[in-house]
Amino acid sequence: MAFPQPRPQAPQLPQHLLRTIDCQQGAVRAVRFNVDGNYLLSCGSDKSLKLWTVSRGTLLKTYSGHGYEVLDADGSYDNSQLCSCSSDKTVILWDVATGQVTRKLRGHAGKVNCVQFNEEATVILSGSIDGTVRCWDTRSRRFEPIQVLDEARDSISSLKVAQHELLTGSVDGRVRRYDLRMGQLHVDFIDSPITCVCFSQDGQCTLSSSLDSAVRLLDKSTGEMLGEYKGHKMKGYKLDCCLSSKDTHVLSCSEDGHVYCWDLVEGSLSLKLPVGKAVVQSLSFHPSETRLLTAMEGRVQVWGSEPEETMDDPTQT
Amino acid sequence: MASDSDSDEDFVTYGTPLEPLEEDEPLKKPIPLHEQTVKDEKGRYKRFHGAFTGGFSAGYFNTVGSKEGWTPSTFVSSRQQKAEKHNARPEDFMDEEDFSEHGIAPREITTSQEFSSGHRDETREKARAVNAQAALIPGDTLLEELIAPAQSSIGVELLRKMGWREGQGVGPRVKRKPRRQHTKLYGCAMPPAGSEESEDDEEEFAPENVTFAPKDVTPVDFTPRLGLQGLGYSGLDPGLALLGQGASEHINLFNPQSETRGQLFGDKQKHTRRGGVAGQAFGVGALEDDDEDIYHRDSMSRYDTVLGGEEPGDGLYGWTAPQQYTKRKDKNKDALYLGKILEGFTLAQKPAEEKTIFPPPILPRDYRPVHHFRPVIQVSRLSGVSPALAEALKSSRGHMTKDEPQQEGRHQLDSGQRRTLLGEETLQGPTSVMELLRPEDRERLQNIRNSSNLPPTKTTTSQTSHEALRPAGMSAGPSALSGVMSSSVQQQQQQQQQQQQEALTMWRGVQTSSQTFKPFEKNPSKQARYELYLNRLKQGDKDALEQSLDLGMTEWERSREREEFVRASILYRPSSSSLSSRFTRAKHQEDEDTVEVNRDQEGDVDDKQAAVKMKMFGKLTRETFEWHPDKLLCKRFNMVGLDINVMIFLTSF
Repeated sequence: MAFPQPRPQAPQLPQHLLRTIDCQQGAVRAVRFNVDGNYLLSCGSDKSLKLWTVSRGTLLKTYSGHGYEVLDADGSYDNSQLCSCSSDKTVILWDVATGQVTRKLRGHAGKVNCVQFNEEATVILSGSIDGTVRCWDTRSRRFEPIQVLDEARDSISSLKVAQHELLTGSVDGRVRRYDLRMGQLHVDFIDSPITCVCFSQDGQCTLSSSLDSAVRLLDKSTGEMLGEYKGHKMKGYKLDCCLSSKDTHVLSCSEDGHVYCWDLVEGSLSLKLPVGKAVVQSLSFHPSETRLLTAMEGRVQVWGSEPEETMDDPTQT
Repeated sequence: MASDSDSDEDFVTYGTPLEPLEEDEPLKKPIPLHEQTVKDEKGRYKRFHGAFTGGFSAGYFNTVGSKEGWTPSTFVSSRQQKAEKHNARPEDFMDEEDFSEHGIAPREITTSQEFSSGHRDETREKARAVNAQAALIPGDTLLEELIAPAQSSIGVELLRKMGWREGQGVGPRVKRKPRRQHTKLYGCAMPPAGSEESEDDEEEFAPENVTFAPKDVTPVDFTPRLGLQGLGYSGLDPGLALLGQGASEHINLFNPQSETRGQLFGDKQKHTRRGGVAGQAFGVGALEDDDEDIYHRDSMSRYDTVLGGEEPGDGLYGWTAPQQYTKRKDKNKDALYLGKILEGFTLAQKPAEEKTIFPPPILPRDYRPVHHFRPVIQVSRLSGVSPALAEALKSSRGHMTKDEPQQEGRHQLDSGQRRTLLGEETLQGPTSVMELLRPEDRERLQNIRNSSNLPPTKTTTSQTSHEALRPAGMSAGPSALSGVMSSSVQQQQQQQQQQQQEALTMWRGVQTSSQTFKPFEKNPSKQARYELYLNRLKQGDKDALEQSLDLGMTEWERSREREEFVRASILYRPSSSSLSSRFTRAKHQEDEDTVEVNRDQEGDVDDKQAAVKMKMFGKLTRETFEWHPDKLLCKRFNMVGLDINVMIFLTSF
């Protein structure tokens, strides 16, 4: 006997600003939720990586060790390790509790734009401006990557890892999906430099934003375009885009200081968050709830679907 | 001691006397070095301020070493006096070493102005000073200093005043006999004989009490030898060359009284002729039977001036004959050596080794040292060329020798041989181009061949090459090329005319299809003119070439084009019928300059871009490639279900 499923709610949007965290890190280059959404990582231009709580916005730890701006970070599934990449061409594997550098992975020829753990945190994948994606082994103590993927002809701006797939977006205008299980590489030509790619939660689609101010949803298997979302401004900067936790909406940063949120199916603009005046550099959606992190200049904003007083119970009808 | 001085003795004592040595006391050991210290009355070590260790303090004991002490020299307590401005010269910071001869600021002793010049004109100096004021740079006498007259030093002036002259030695006067005149001697010079022989004749020459100035010292030449000559070489001795004696005395040309000068100019004649032997040296005398002519003047040339017998050998080497010419090998070779052996050297025991000279290679009888380049023809570009012709063209050397078909490897085979090697069956259809031609054409070609055999020009070599190569018409290709290589213009013209004839006959009545090779594809106007020419040829127009040239070009360009058209028309003649169907034009024009290497062989980007513009994502924009993850990567991604062996195989590339 199964309990009836809870009534499906109307999709909620993170429209309320819950708090603003002044990170004191120079400019925040990337903001990321951890795997469960309770903590956030902010990558600063002052070479530091900071760990904060989301609920209170308190700084837990600062990780210093990079030689230049930190551009991206990711946390492991068990919250014991962090990986971060920087303009100093290195990828660092941190121990969360002690704050020590576990491994410093060198090999890229230029600044490393994006980094992510795989599901079991056994491999770190990093994409760099030198056009390569390097897969680093966290288990062994080897200095060389396990594999170097150099099919791209220009800088790798973004990468995402799923179960057995790797999605990379490159400035040469192509989204490459490496299927490890099938041993295939699928290249989708977008024609405009790609700033961010991400998988959908159901694993059927890929989202990519490019410098022609368009965010496109492509079918994974055929490469057909399922949706195109426009209205924001993305002409020069590498800005993030993402899908909401239930794949209902497409969110993207914009250079005009807003975060645009479109309905995935209809393609209409549902929400335009006024973050500020400057370019919204990065955003990250909570893995399960309706919570959004945005980064603009030196501050991180936390957005939720409900205003602050009733923040602790977001699952309300 | 005190009592000593008090006694009435004449001793006066000074100083403290030594302590009387007591015998039974043991001898003191000498004080070791580290205890040889001097202490003052309070027991403090006495300072010597660098006296025994090489430093200097110049009186500023324990101080900073200047008159002012620790206070800086520029600082003075203000109210009373101002600080003196001490402009430090670099000499202030130098020490004795720097001022010495090898230092950086050596102080030389030079003669001062008063003692340097011989004759100083006061008025001239003043005039110079006045001029200097008005000169370009006032006060500076640069120009005058540049053209200063030679001034002799004060020492020379003093000597002159004491009676010295240039060329004389310095010192007390000596009494010496003036040397007698030496006759000119070649070869080994006898040492100047002692003056005792000539004393008698010289006595009336020189009065007794005359003293002469000593001989001047010949300046020793310290210049290093920079030449490339061997050891011991000293060059031409001017004394020997001009005077017949060594350069014992400096030749002074300016002193009219010098003896050497007299010898140099003009006075030589009377001295040398005196050396001739008057009369006969031997056999003349009162008691001799043979009464030779006593007035016979003998000349010295009849006599040897060198001791020793006749030179062995052919006399080529003179007295520097190499060793093998002297028969006396047992005796001391050094003494026998008639040349000059350098100091410290001795003659070798063994002669030097002779170099082996290898003779040049023997040339074959018919070898002509002329190189002919092999004509390289792009055979692949020709349409209607049979494989046999292609082979023949490739291997032809442009002259008349007929190559026997040699088994030089698989590149020298023709298509038929290769076919048999590979075991293929023969092609159906005509084997020779001749069979493809129409019979009239064939006859025409034969006629041309025969007719062109008649004029005996340099093209005879090309004619026989016609026979060497089977197919007609194309054979004119290499002959054309070799013909062009000949430098004579006349022959070229004749050749051209022949070619034109050939071209005419070949092209008459031939249809060109669109598949014909266009030799001047890259130059459309030229191609157009060429086609016009071809058309005219086809119509049998004799002046096709002239009419097709562009009158707008220069004469030289036209002649070039003429040649090119003729050659092209002969070379690139299309074949008729089925042979042309065996070949087809390439789809892409090969541009040999750039080679595009397309990785992954991605499809045409333009199509994709068009698709993106039209928003037709999907098949047009997607491409799939094979990609192999590393084995370890698969393991890390938990894909253990895969066949690892396959993965290893695939990733091993």
